[in-house]
Amino acid sequence: MELTVQIVKKLRDFTLRADFSLHDEVMAVLGASGSGKSMTLKCIAGIETPDEGRIVLNGRTLFDSTQGINVRIQDRRVGYLFQDYALFPNMSVAENIAFVTPGGAAEKAQKVQEHLHRFKLADVKAAYPRELSGGQQQRAALARLLAAEPELVLLDEPLSALDTYLRWQLEQVLRETLAGRSAILVTHDRGEAYRLAGKIAVLAQGQLQQPRCRENLFQNPDTLAAALLTGCKNVSAAQKIDSQKIMALDWQLPLTVQSPVPDKIKYVGIRAHYMELGQAGQANTFTMEVVQVVEDVFSYLVMLRVPHTTGVALRWELPKPVWEKMGRPSLVEVYFPPNKLMIMEE
Amino acid sequence: MELTPLVISLQTAGLATVITFFSGIGLALLVLRMNRWQGLADALITLPLVLPPTVVGFFLLLFCGRRSALGTFLLQFDISLVFTWKAAVIAAVAVSLPLMYRTARGAFEQLDGNILNAARTLGVSEWRLIWHVLLPNARSGILAGVVLSFTRALGEFGATIMFAGNIPGVTQTMSTAIYAAVQANDYALAWRWTVIIGCFSLVFVLLLNWWQSRQPRGRGLWN
Repeated sequence: MELTVQIVKKLRDFTLRADFSLHDEVMAVLGASGSGKSMTLKCIAGIETPDEGRIVLNGRTLFDSTQGINVRIQDRRVGYLFQDYALFPNMSVAENIAFVTPGGAAEKAQKVQEHLHRFKLADVKAAYPRELSGGQQQRAALARLLAAEPELVLLDEPLSALDTYLRWQLEQVLRETLAGRSAILVTHDRGEAYRLAGKIAVLAQGQLQQPRCRENLFQNPDTLAAALLTGCKNVSAAQKIDSQKIMALDWQLPLTVQSPVPDKIKYVGIRAHYMELGQAGQANTFTMEVVQVVEDVFSYLVMLRVPHTTGVALRWELPKPVWEKMGRPSLVEVYFPPNKLMIMEE
Repeated sequence: MELTPLVISLQTAGLATVITFFSGIGLALLVLRMNRWQGLADALITLPLVLPPTVVGFFLLLFCGRRSALGTFLLQFDISLVFTWKAAVIAAVAVSLPLMYRTARGAFEQLDGNILNAARTLGVSEWRLIWHVLLPNARSGILAGVVLSFTRALGEFGATIMFAGNIPGVTQTMSTAIYAAVQANDYALAWRWTVIIGCFSLVFVLLLNWWQSRQPRGRGLWN
Protein backbone atom coordinates (compact mmCIF):
# COMPACT_ATOMS: atom_id res chain seq x y z
CA MET A 1 0.00 0.00 0.00
CA GLU A 2 1.24 3.42 -0.85
CA LEU A 3 -0.58 6.64 -0.06
CA THR A 4 0.45 10.20 -0.85
CA VAL A 5 -1.57 13.08 0.53
CA GLN A 6 -1.03 16.77 -0.18
CA ILE A 7 -4.11 18.76 0.68
CA VAL A 8 -5.23 22.22 1.72
CA LYS A 9 -8.71 22.91 3.05
CA LYS A 10 -9.93 26.18 4.43
CA LEU A 11 -12.05 25.71 7.54
CA ARG A 12 -13.90 28.31 9.52
CA ASP A 13 -11.19 29.01 12.10
CA PHE A 14 -8.04 27.88 10.33
CA THR A 15 -6.65 26.35 7.16
CA LEU A 16 -5.90 22.65 7.26
CA ARG A 17 -2.71 21.54 5.55
CA ALA A 18 -1.46 17.98 5.26
CA ASP A 19 1.48 16.67 3.27
CA PHE A 20 2.66 13.14 3.97
CA SER A 21 3.03 9.69 2.53
CA LEU A 22 2.48 6.26 3.99
CA HIS A 23 3.86 2.84 2.99
CA ASP A 24 2.39 -0.35 4.46
CA GLU A 25 2.18 0.90 8.02
CA VAL A 26 -0.10 2.20 10.71
CA MET A 27 0.12 5.92 11.31
CA ALA A 28 -1.51 7.85 14.11
CA VAL A 29 -2.59 11.47 13.85
CA LEU A 30 -2.32 13.05 17.27
CA GLY A 31 -4.18 16.28 17.83
CA ALA A 32 -6.45 18.13 20.23
CA SER A 33 -10.18 18.05 19.63
CA GLY A 34 -11.22 20.46 16.90
CA SER A 35 -7.74 20.44 15.36
CA GLY A 36 -8.98 19.04 12.05
CA LYS A 37 -8.06 15.38 12.58
CA SER A 38 -11.39 13.96 11.41
CA MET A 39 -11.49 16.46 8.54
CA THR A 40 -8.15 15.10 7.29
CA LEU A 41 -9.55 11.56 7.26
CA LYS A 42 -12.79 12.70 5.62
CA CYS A 43 -10.84 14.35 2.80
CA ILE A 44 -8.94 11.11 2.15
CA ALA A 45 -12.17 9.07 2.19
CA GLY A 46 -13.89 11.56 -0.13
CA ILE A 47 -16.58 12.58 2.35
CA GLU A 48 -15.18 16.11 2.30
CA THR A 49 -13.49 17.77 -0.66
CA PRO A 50 -10.18 19.60 -0.15
CA ASP A 51 -9.79 23.04 -1.73
CA GLU A 52 -6.48 22.15 -3.32
CA GLY A 53 -4.10 19.26 -3.58
CA ARG A 54 -3.69 15.68 -4.57
CA ILE A 55 -4.40 12.27 -3.05
CA VAL A 56 -2.93 9.14 -4.63
CA LEU A 57 -3.57 5.61 -3.35
CA ASN A 58 -1.61 2.70 -4.87
CA GLY A 59 -1.03 4.65 -8.08
CA ARG A 60 -4.71 5.63 -8.43
CA THR A 61 -5.34 9.36 -8.26
CA LEU A 62 -8.31 9.82 -5.94
CA PHE A 63 -8.23 13.60 -5.95
CA ASP A 64 -6.35 16.17 -7.96
CA SER A 65 -7.54 19.77 -7.94
CA THR A 66 -5.45 20.81 -10.95
CA GLN A 67 -6.69 17.93 -13.12
CA GLY A 68 -10.23 18.15 -11.76
CA ILE A 69 -10.21 14.57 -10.49
CA ASN A 70 -12.46 13.69 -7.55
CA VAL A 71 -13.19 9.96 -7.35
CA ARG A 72 -16.53 9.00 -5.76
CA ILE A 73 -16.42 7.79 -2.15
CA GLN A 74 -17.66 4.37 -3.28
CA ASP A 75 -14.81 3.89 -5.75
CA ARG A 76 -11.94 4.93 -3.46
CA ARG A 77 -11.66 1.66 -1.53
CA VAL A 78 -10.88 3.60 1.63
CA GLY A 79 -12.84 2.20 4.59
CA TYR A 80 -13.83 4.60 7.36
CA LEU A 81 -14.56 3.53 10.92
CA PHE A 82 -16.65 6.16 12.68
CA GLN A 83 -16.40 6.89 16.37
CA ASP A 84 -20.04 5.81 16.88
CA TYR A 85 -19.51 2.80 14.56
CA ALA A 86 -22.44 3.76 12.28
CA LEU A 87 -23.86 0.24 11.92
CA PHE A 88 -27.04 -0.07 9.86
CA PRO A 89 -29.82 -0.12 12.51
CA ASN A 90 -32.24 -2.04 10.29
CA MET A 91 -29.89 -4.98 9.72
CA SER A 92 -28.61 -7.76 11.96
CA VAL A 93 -24.87 -8.16 12.54
CA ALA A 94 -24.62 -10.80 9.79
CA GLU A 95 -26.65 -8.63 7.40
CA ASN A 96 -24.49 -5.60 8.18
CA ILE A 97 -21.42 -7.58 7.14
CA ALA A 98 -23.05 -9.27 4.14
CA PHE A 99 -24.35 -5.94 2.81
CA VAL A 100 -20.82 -4.69 2.04
CA THR A 101 -19.12 -8.02 1.22
CA PRO A 102 -18.28 -8.34 -2.47
CA GLY A 103 -18.69 -11.59 -4.43
CA GLY A 104 -21.36 -14.12 -5.40
CA ALA A 105 -23.89 -15.58 -2.96
CA ALA A 106 -21.88 -18.65 -1.92
CA GLU A 107 -18.59 -16.79 -1.67
CA LYS A 108 -20.29 -14.01 0.26
CA ALA A 109 -21.89 -16.39 2.77
CA GLN A 110 -18.53 -18.00 3.42
CA LYS A 111 -16.76 -14.67 3.90
CA VAL A 112 -19.47 -13.50 6.30
CA GLN A 113 -19.03 -16.67 8.38
CA GLU A 114 -15.27 -16.10 8.48
CA HIS A 115 -15.65 -12.56 9.69
CA LEU A 116 -18.26 -13.51 12.28
CA HIS A 117 -15.87 -16.08 13.71
CA ARG A 118 -12.80 -13.95 13.52
CA PHE A 119 -14.46 -11.18 15.54
CA LYS A 120 -16.26 -13.57 17.92
CA LEU A 121 -19.66 -12.45 16.69
CA ALA A 122 -21.15 -15.84 15.80
CA ASP A 123 -23.39 -15.80 18.89
CA VAL A 124 -24.87 -12.40 18.11
CA LYS A 125 -25.04 -12.67 14.33
CA ALA A 126 -28.84 -12.36 14.34
CA ALA A 127 -28.90 -9.46 16.81
CA TYR A 128 -29.54 -5.86 15.76
CA PRO A 129 -27.06 -3.09 16.58
CA ARG A 130 -29.24 -1.61 19.35
CA GLU A 131 -29.14 -5.00 21.13
CA LEU A 132 -25.32 -5.13 21.19
CA SER A 133 -22.92 -3.94 23.87
CA GLY A 134 -20.41 -1.21 23.02
CA GLY A 135 -17.67 -3.80 22.54
CA GLN A 136 -19.79 -5.99 20.27
CA GLN A 137 -20.75 -2.94 18.23
CA GLN A 138 -17.10 -2.08 17.72
CA ARG A 139 -16.23 -5.65 16.69
CA ALA A 140 -19.20 -5.71 14.31
CA ALA A 141 -18.07 -2.42 12.79
CA LEU A 142 -14.51 -3.73 12.38
CA ALA A 143 -15.79 -6.96 10.81
CA ARG A 144 -17.95 -4.97 8.40
CA LEU A 145 -15.04 -2.66 7.58
CA LEU A 146 -12.70 -5.53 6.68
CA ALA A 147 -15.46 -7.43 4.83
CA ALA A 148 -15.58 -4.59 2.29
CA GLU A 149 -11.89 -5.31 1.54
CA PRO A 150 -10.62 -1.72 1.54
CA GLU A 151 -7.08 -0.89 0.45
CA LEU A 152 -6.70 1.60 3.27
CA VAL A 153 -8.40 1.79 6.65
CA LEU A 154 -9.20 5.06 8.44
CA LEU A 155 -10.10 4.99 12.13
CA ASP A 156 -11.69 8.05 13.69
CA GLU A 157 -11.19 7.98 17.48
CA PRO A 158 -12.21 4.31 17.52
CA LEU A 159 -11.95 3.91 21.30
CA SER A 160 -13.19 7.21 22.71
CA ALA A 161 -16.83 6.13 22.96
CA LEU A 162 -15.90 3.41 25.47
CA ASP A 163 -15.19 3.39 29.18
CA THR A 164 -11.67 2.66 30.44
CA TYR A 165 -12.02 -1.06 31.13
CA LEU A 166 -13.65 -1.92 27.82
CA ARG A 167 -11.26 0.38 26.05
CA TRP A 168 -8.24 -1.70 26.93
CA GLN A 169 -9.89 -4.91 25.75
CA LEU A 170 -10.92 -3.35 22.46
CA GLU A 171 -7.51 -1.86 21.96
CA GLN A 172 -6.23 -5.45 21.84
CA VAL A 173 -8.83 -6.34 19.19
CA LEU A 174 -7.83 -3.25 17.26
CA ARG A 175 -4.12 -4.07 17.48
CA GLU A 176 -4.70 -7.60 16.14
CA THR A 177 -6.91 -6.23 13.37
CA LEU A 178 -4.38 -3.63 12.28
CA ALA A 179 -1.39 -5.99 12.25
CA GLY A 180 0.03 -6.09 8.74
CA ARG A 181 -2.47 -3.52 7.43
CA SER A 182 -2.26 0.05 6.27
CA ALA A 183 -4.23 2.40 8.40
CA ILE A 184 -4.49 5.93 9.68
CA LEU A 185 -5.70 6.26 13.24
CA VAL A 186 -6.88 9.56 14.63
CA THR A 187 -6.71 10.07 18.38
CA HIS A 188 -6.10 12.62 21.11
CA ASP A 189 -4.67 9.95 23.44
CA ARG A 190 -0.87 9.81 23.26
CA GLY A 191 -0.78 6.31 24.82
CA GLU A 192 -3.22 4.93 22.29
CA ALA A 193 -1.21 6.48 19.45
CA TYR A 194 2.06 5.04 20.78
CA ARG A 195 0.70 1.55 21.39
CA LEU A 196 -1.16 1.20 18.09
CA ALA A 197 0.96 3.01 15.52
CA GLY A 198 4.56 2.86 14.39
CA LYS A 199 4.53 6.40 13.10
CA ILE A 200 2.87 9.44 14.59
CA ALA A 201 2.10 12.80 13.03
CA VAL A 202 1.12 15.76 15.18
CA LEU A 203 -1.66 18.06 14.00
CA ALA A 204 -1.63 21.58 15.43
CA GLN A 205 -2.84 24.96 14.17
CA GLY A 206 -4.15 23.22 11.08
CA GLN A 207 -0.73 21.94 10.07
CA LEU A 208 -0.12 18.20 9.98
CA GLN A 209 3.57 17.84 10.83
CA GLN A 210 5.71 15.18 9.17
CA PRO A 211 4.98 11.68 10.53
CA ARG A 212 7.81 10.54 12.77
CA CYS A 213 8.90 7.27 14.23
CA ARG A 214 7.08 7.05 17.58
CA GLU A 215 10.16 6.58 19.81
CA ASN A 216 11.85 9.52 18.16
CA LEU A 217 8.81 11.76 18.52
CA PHE A 218 8.38 11.03 22.23
CA GLN A 219 12.11 11.41 23.00
CA ASN A 220 12.59 14.54 21.04
CA PRO A 221 9.39 16.38 20.16
CA ASP A 222 10.86 19.27 18.20
CA THR A 223 7.81 21.53 18.36
CA LEU A 224 5.80 22.92 21.25
CA ALA A 225 2.62 21.26 19.94
CA ALA A 226 4.35 17.88 19.73
CA ALA A 227 5.73 18.26 23.24
CA LEU A 228 2.32 19.09 24.69
CA LEU A 229 0.46 16.41 22.72
CA THR A 230 2.97 13.75 23.72
CA GLY A 231 2.19 14.67 27.30
CA CYS A 232 5.10 16.87 28.35
CA LYS A 233 3.86 18.72 31.44
CA ASN A 234 6.69 21.25 31.79
CA VAL A 235 7.41 23.73 29.02
CA SER A 236 9.08 27.11 29.32
CA ALA A 237 10.07 29.81 26.88
CA ALA A 238 13.86 29.74 26.47
CA GLN A 239 16.76 31.92 25.33
CA LYS A 240 20.25 30.90 24.25
CA ILE A 241 23.10 31.90 26.58
CA ASP A 242 25.93 30.00 24.91
CA SER A 243 26.37 26.75 22.98
CA GLN A 244 25.56 24.59 26.03
CA LYS A 245 23.55 26.95 28.23
CA ILE A 246 20.06 28.35 28.01
CA MET A 247 17.83 30.50 30.18
CA ALA A 248 14.41 28.98 30.86
CA LEU A 249 12.47 32.22 31.10
CA ASP A 250 9.20 30.99 32.62
CA TRP A 251 10.94 28.85 35.23
CA GLN A 252 13.74 31.40 35.81
CA LEU A 253 16.39 28.68 35.62
CA PRO A 254 19.75 28.78 33.78
CA LEU A 255 20.06 25.25 32.42
CA THR A 256 22.84 23.23 30.81
CA VAL A 257 21.71 21.12 27.89
CA GLN A 258 23.39 18.27 26.06
CA SER A 259 23.34 19.08 22.35
CA PRO A 260 24.58 22.40 20.95
CA VAL A 261 21.91 25.04 21.49
CA PRO A 262 20.38 26.23 18.20
CA ASP A 263 20.19 30.01 17.70
CA LYS A 264 16.46 29.86 17.09
CA ILE A 265 15.61 28.08 20.34
CA LYS A 266 12.14 29.06 21.55
CA TYR A 267 11.12 26.56 24.20
CA VAL A 268 12.61 24.01 26.57
CA GLY A 269 10.67 21.15 28.13
CA ILE A 270 11.13 18.29 30.57
CA ARG A 271 8.76 15.43 31.33
CA ALA A 272 7.47 15.36 34.90
CA HIS A 273 9.05 12.02 35.76
CA TYR A 274 12.48 12.81 34.29
CA MET A 275 13.52 15.28 37.01
CA GLU A 276 15.69 13.76 39.72
CA LEU A 277 16.60 14.35 43.33
CA GLY A 278 20.03 16.01 43.29
CA GLN A 279 22.71 17.21 45.67
CA ALA A 280 23.56 20.83 46.38
CA GLY A 281 26.50 22.02 44.33
CA GLN A 282 26.04 19.43 41.60
CA ALA A 283 25.79 20.75 38.04
CA ASN A 284 22.30 21.58 36.73
CA THR A 285 20.89 21.18 40.23
CA PHE A 286 18.79 23.89 41.83
CA THR A 287 17.18 24.47 45.17
CA MET A 288 13.43 24.56 44.58
CA GLU A 289 10.57 25.52 46.83
CA VAL A 290 7.67 23.06 47.16
CA VAL A 291 4.59 25.07 46.26
CA GLN A 292 1.99 22.33 46.35
CA VAL A 293 1.79 18.55 46.61
CA VAL A 294 -1.01 16.67 44.88
CA GLU A 295 -1.53 13.00 45.66
CA ASP A 296 -2.24 10.93 42.55
CA VAL A 297 -3.14 7.23 42.35
CA PHE A 298 0.40 5.81 42.37
CA SER A 299 2.54 8.91 42.65
CA TYR A 300 2.88 12.37 44.09
CA LEU A 301 2.76 15.41 41.85
CA VAL A 302 5.04 17.98 43.45
CA MET A 303 4.83 21.56 42.16
CA LEU A 304 8.20 23.34 42.38
CA ARG A 305 9.37 26.91 41.94
CA VAL A 306 12.65 28.76 42.30
CA PRO A 307 12.36 30.35 45.81
CA HIS A 308 11.39 34.01 46.05
CA THR A 309 10.49 34.32 42.37
CA THR A 310 7.30 34.54 40.39
CA GLY A 311 8.48 31.79 38.06
CA VAL A 312 6.03 29.26 36.63
CA ALA A 313 5.90 26.15 38.82
CA LEU A 314 7.28 22.88 37.44
CA ARG A 315 5.50 19.60 37.90
CA TRP A 316 7.60 16.76 39.29
CA GLU A 317 6.07 13.30 39.40
CA LEU A 318 7.64 10.76 41.73
CA PRO A 319 6.66 7.41 43.22
CA LYS A 320 4.84 7.62 46.54
CA PRO A 321 7.46 5.78 48.65
CA VAL A 322 10.25 8.02 47.33
CA TRP A 323 8.48 11.24 48.32
CA GLU A 324 7.42 9.82 51.67
CA LYS A 325 11.02 8.72 52.42
CA MET A 326 12.22 12.24 51.67
CA GLY A 327 10.11 13.41 54.65
CA ARG A 328 7.94 15.88 52.69
CA PRO A 329 10.49 18.74 52.68
CA SER A 330 9.60 22.34 51.85
CA LEU A 331 12.82 22.85 49.88
CA VAL A 332 14.39 20.24 47.56
CA GLU A 333 17.50 19.98 45.42
CA VAL A 334 16.33 19.08 41.89
CA TYR A 335 18.60 17.79 39.15
CA PHE A 336 17.68 18.42 35.50
CA PRO A 337 19.46 15.70 33.42
CA PRO A 338 20.79 17.54 30.32
CA ASN A 339 19.91 14.63 28.01
CA LYS A 340 16.27 14.80 29.14
CA LEU A 341 15.82 18.47 28.37
CA MET A 342 13.92 18.85 25.11
CA ILE A 343 14.76 21.80 22.89
CA MET A 344 12.08 23.24 20.61
CA GLU A 345 12.58 25.75 17.82
CA GLU A 346 8.85 26.33 17.16
CA MET B 1 -77.98 6.11 -0.74
CA GLU B 2 -75.84 6.48 -3.85
CA LEU B 3 -72.32 5.24 -2.95
CA THR B 4 -70.43 6.50 -6.04
CA PRO B 5 -68.90 9.51 -4.17
CA LEU B 6 -67.31 7.04 -1.72
CA VAL B 7 -65.90 4.93 -4.55
CA ILE B 8 -64.64 8.00 -6.43
CA SER B 9 -63.10 9.43 -3.26
CA LEU B 10 -61.26 6.21 -2.44
CA GLN B 11 -60.06 5.73 -6.01
CA THR B 12 -58.93 9.34 -6.35
CA ALA B 13 -57.20 9.44 -2.99
CA GLY B 14 -55.67 5.98 -3.52
CA LEU B 15 -54.17 6.79 -6.90
CA ALA B 16 -53.09 10.25 -5.72
CA THR B 17 -51.32 8.64 -2.74
CA VAL B 18 -49.40 6.25 -4.98
CA ILE B 19 -48.21 9.16 -7.13
CA THR B 20 -47.48 11.30 -4.07
CA PHE B 21 -45.51 8.48 -2.41
CA PHE B 22 -42.97 8.20 -5.19
CA SER B 23 -42.78 11.87 -6.16
CA GLY B 24 -42.69 13.05 -2.52
CA ILE B 25 -39.80 10.74 -1.63
CA GLY B 26 -38.05 11.54 -4.91
CA LEU B 27 -38.38 15.28 -4.35
CA ALA B 28 -37.20 14.95 -0.73
CA LEU B 29 -34.05 13.12 -1.86
CA LEU B 30 -33.51 15.61 -4.67
CA VAL B 31 -33.90 18.72 -2.51
CA LEU B 32 -31.65 17.28 0.25
CA ARG B 33 -28.90 16.84 -2.32
CA MET B 34 -29.21 20.35 -3.74
CA ASN B 35 -26.31 22.65 -2.98
CA ARG B 36 -28.02 25.82 -4.17
CA TRP B 37 -31.62 26.98 -4.37
CA GLN B 38 -32.58 24.44 -1.73
CA GLY B 39 -34.71 26.93 0.15
CA LEU B 40 -36.53 28.07 -3.00
CA ALA B 41 -37.23 24.51 -4.18
CA ASP B 42 -38.51 23.61 -0.73
CA ALA B 43 -40.77 26.66 -0.64
CA LEU B 44 -42.25 25.94 -4.06
CA ILE B 45 -43.09 22.34 -3.16
CA THR B 46 -44.53 23.38 0.21
CA LEU B 47 -46.61 26.24 -1.20
CA PRO B 48 -49.81 24.22 -1.96
CA LEU B 49 -49.92 23.29 1.74
CA VAL B 50 -50.29 26.89 2.85
CA LEU B 51 -52.08 28.48 -0.10
CA PRO B 52 -55.91 28.48 -0.16
CA PRO B 53 -57.03 25.37 -2.11
CA THR B 54 -58.93 27.70 -4.44
CA VAL B 55 -55.63 29.27 -5.47
CA VAL B 56 -54.21 25.82 -6.21
CA GLY B 57 -57.33 25.04 -8.25
CA PHE B 58 -57.02 28.33 -10.10
CA PHE B 59 -53.38 27.62 -10.98
CA LEU B 60 -54.27 24.12 -12.13
CA LEU B 61 -56.94 25.60 -14.41
CA LEU B 62 -54.43 28.10 -15.76
CA PHE B 63 -51.70 25.54 -16.44
CA CYS B 64 -53.72 22.46 -17.38
CA GLY B 65 -56.94 24.03 -18.71
CA ARG B 66 -58.09 23.72 -22.31
CA ARG B 67 -56.55 27.05 -23.30
CA SER B 68 -53.16 26.45 -21.65
CA ALA B 69 -50.13 25.20 -23.57
CA LEU B 70 -50.43 21.78 -21.93
CA GLY B 71 -54.19 21.69 -22.57
CA THR B 72 -53.87 22.45 -26.29
CA PHE B 73 -51.08 19.92 -26.60
CA LEU B 74 -53.17 17.20 -24.91
CA LEU B 75 -56.22 18.09 -27.02
CA GLN B 76 -54.31 16.93 -30.12
CA PHE B 77 -54.52 13.43 -28.62
CA ASP B 78 -58.16 13.99 -27.64
CA ILE B 79 -57.25 14.21 -23.99
CA SER B 80 -58.94 16.77 -21.81
CA LEU B 81 -58.21 17.06 -18.10
CA VAL B 82 -60.63 19.67 -16.76
CA PHE B 83 -63.79 18.29 -15.14
CA THR B 84 -62.63 14.68 -15.45
CA TRP B 85 -61.68 12.05 -12.93
CA LYS B 86 -58.02 12.64 -13.83
CA ALA B 87 -58.36 16.26 -12.78
CA ALA B 88 -59.59 15.14 -9.35
CA VAL B 89 -56.46 13.01 -8.98
CA ILE B 90 -54.18 15.87 -10.07
CA ALA B 91 -55.85 18.24 -7.60
CA ALA B 92 -55.46 15.68 -4.80
CA VAL B 93 -51.78 15.16 -5.68
CA ALA B 94 -51.11 18.90 -5.70
CA VAL B 95 -52.42 19.43 -2.17
CA SER B 96 -51.11 16.19 -0.60
CA LEU B 97 -47.60 16.20 -2.13
CA PRO B 98 -46.21 18.79 0.33
CA LEU B 99 -47.22 16.57 3.27
CA MET B 100 -45.47 13.52 1.84
CA TYR B 101 -42.44 15.58 0.83
CA ARG B 102 -42.05 17.26 4.22
CA THR B 103 -42.51 14.14 6.35
CA ALA B 104 -40.16 12.11 4.13
CA ARG B 105 -37.56 14.87 4.20
CA GLY B 106 -37.83 15.15 7.98
CA ALA B 107 -37.42 11.39 8.33
CA PHE B 108 -34.33 11.40 6.10
CA GLU B 109 -32.80 14.31 7.98
CA GLN B 110 -33.20 12.44 11.27
CA LEU B 111 -30.91 9.68 10.04
CA ASP B 112 -27.31 9.72 11.19
CA GLY B 113 -25.23 11.02 8.31
CA ASN B 114 -22.32 8.86 9.49
CA ILE B 115 -24.33 5.74 8.66
CA LEU B 116 -24.71 6.87 5.06
CA ASN B 117 -21.07 7.91 4.72
CA ALA B 118 -19.82 4.72 6.36
CA ALA B 119 -21.82 2.73 3.80
CA ARG B 120 -20.40 4.81 0.96
CA THR B 121 -16.79 4.28 2.05
CA LEU B 122 -17.51 0.54 2.08
CA GLY B 123 -18.55 0.70 -1.58
CA VAL B 124 -22.37 0.74 -1.26
CA SER B 125 -23.90 2.47 -4.31
CA GLU B 126 -26.35 5.36 -3.92
CA TRP B 127 -29.32 3.30 -5.14
CA ARG B 128 -28.64 0.40 -2.74
CA LEU B 129 -28.15 2.98 -0.02
CA ILE B 130 -31.55 4.57 -0.69
CA TRP B 131 -33.36 1.26 -1.02
CA HIS B 132 -31.76 -0.75 1.79
CA VAL B 133 -30.63 1.84 4.31
CA LEU B 134 -32.37 5.17 3.84
CA LEU B 135 -35.94 3.98 3.22
CA PRO B 136 -36.06 1.15 5.81
CA ASN B 137 -34.67 3.40 8.53
CA ALA B 138 -37.08 6.20 7.65
CA ARG B 139 -40.12 3.92 7.31
CA SER B 140 -41.89 5.29 10.34
CA GLY B 141 -41.79 8.83 8.99
CA ILE B 142 -42.61 7.71 5.48
CA LEU B 143 -45.69 5.80 6.66
CA ALA B 144 -46.82 8.90 8.52
CA GLY B 145 -46.43 10.81 5.26
CA VAL B 146 -48.51 8.23 3.39
CA VAL B 147 -51.35 8.36 5.92
CA LEU B 148 -51.34 12.15 6.07
CA SER B 149 -51.31 12.39 2.27
CA PHE B 150 -54.09 9.86 1.90
CA THR B 151 -56.36 11.48 4.47
CA ARG B 152 -55.61 14.91 3.02
CA ALA B 153 -56.42 13.65 -0.49
CA LEU B 154 -59.60 12.05 0.84
CA GLY B 155 -60.72 15.36 2.32
CA GLU B 156 -59.68 17.51 -0.63
CA PHE B 157 -62.37 19.99 -1.66
CA GLY B 158 -61.35 23.43 -2.90
CA ALA B 159 -58.90 22.61 -5.69
CA THR B 160 -61.05 19.64 -6.75
CA ILE B 161 -64.27 21.62 -7.15
CA MET B 162 -62.47 24.28 -9.21
CA PHE B 163 -60.45 21.96 -11.42
CA ALA B 164 -62.53 18.77 -11.55
CA GLY B 165 -65.95 20.17 -10.76
CA ASN B 166 -68.73 18.41 -8.91
CA ILE B 167 -70.23 16.10 -11.51
CA PRO B 168 -72.20 13.30 -9.86
CA GLY B 169 -70.92 9.90 -10.92
CA VAL B 170 -67.77 11.40 -12.48
CA THR B 171 -65.93 13.81 -10.19
CA GLN B 172 -68.23 14.10 -7.19
CA THR B 173 -66.23 12.94 -4.16
CA MET B 174 -67.50 12.66 -0.60
CA SER B 175 -66.35 16.17 0.27
CA THR B 176 -67.99 17.77 -2.77
CA ALA B 177 -71.10 15.61 -2.16
CA ILE B 178 -71.40 17.17 1.32
CA TYR B 179 -71.26 20.63 -0.26
CA ALA B 180 -73.89 19.67 -2.85
CA ALA B 181 -76.13 18.14 -0.16
CA VAL B 182 -75.97 21.27 2.00
CA GLN B 183 -76.68 23.43 -1.06
CA ALA B 184 -79.73 21.25 -1.75
CA ASN B 185 -80.78 21.51 1.92
CA ASP B 186 -80.41 17.72 2.31
CA TYR B 187 -78.86 17.79 5.81
CA ALA B 188 -79.45 14.08 6.38
CA LEU B 189 -77.26 13.19 3.39
CA ALA B 190 -74.61 15.73 4.43
CA TRP B 191 -74.56 14.11 7.88
CA ARG B 192 -74.12 10.62 6.43
CA TRP B 193 -71.12 11.64 4.31
CA THR B 194 -69.62 13.59 7.18
CA VAL B 195 -69.77 10.52 9.44
CA ILE B 196 -68.31 8.26 6.75
CA ILE B 197 -65.39 10.55 5.89
CA GLY B 198 -64.75 11.20 9.59
CA CYS B 199 -64.64 7.47 10.34
CA PHE B 200 -62.31 6.72 7.45
CA SER B 201 -59.85 9.44 8.42
CA LEU B 202 -59.95 8.52 12.13
CA VAL B 203 -59.32 4.84 11.40
CA PHE B 204 -56.32 5.60 9.19
CA VAL B 205 -54.69 7.93 11.70
CA LEU B 206 -55.35 5.44 14.54
CA LEU B 207 -53.77 2.67 12.47
CA LEU B 208 -50.73 4.86 11.92
CA ASN B 209 -50.38 5.58 15.64
CA TRP B 210 -50.76 1.91 16.52
CA TRP B 211 -48.13 0.92 13.96
CA GLN B 212 -45.70 3.61 15.09
CA SER B 213 -46.08 2.62 18.77
CA ARG B 214 -44.87 -0.87 17.84
CA GLN B 215 -41.69 0.41 16.24
CA PRO B 216 -38.54 -0.14 18.30
CA ARG B 217 -36.82 3.08 19.20
CA GLY B 218 -34.47 4.62 21.67
CA ARG B 219 -35.55 6.32 24.85
CA GLY B 220 -37.77 9.15 23.76
CA LEU B 221 -37.80 12.65 25.07
CA TRP B 222 -41.38 12.30 26.33
CA ASN B 223 -41.52 8.80 27.77
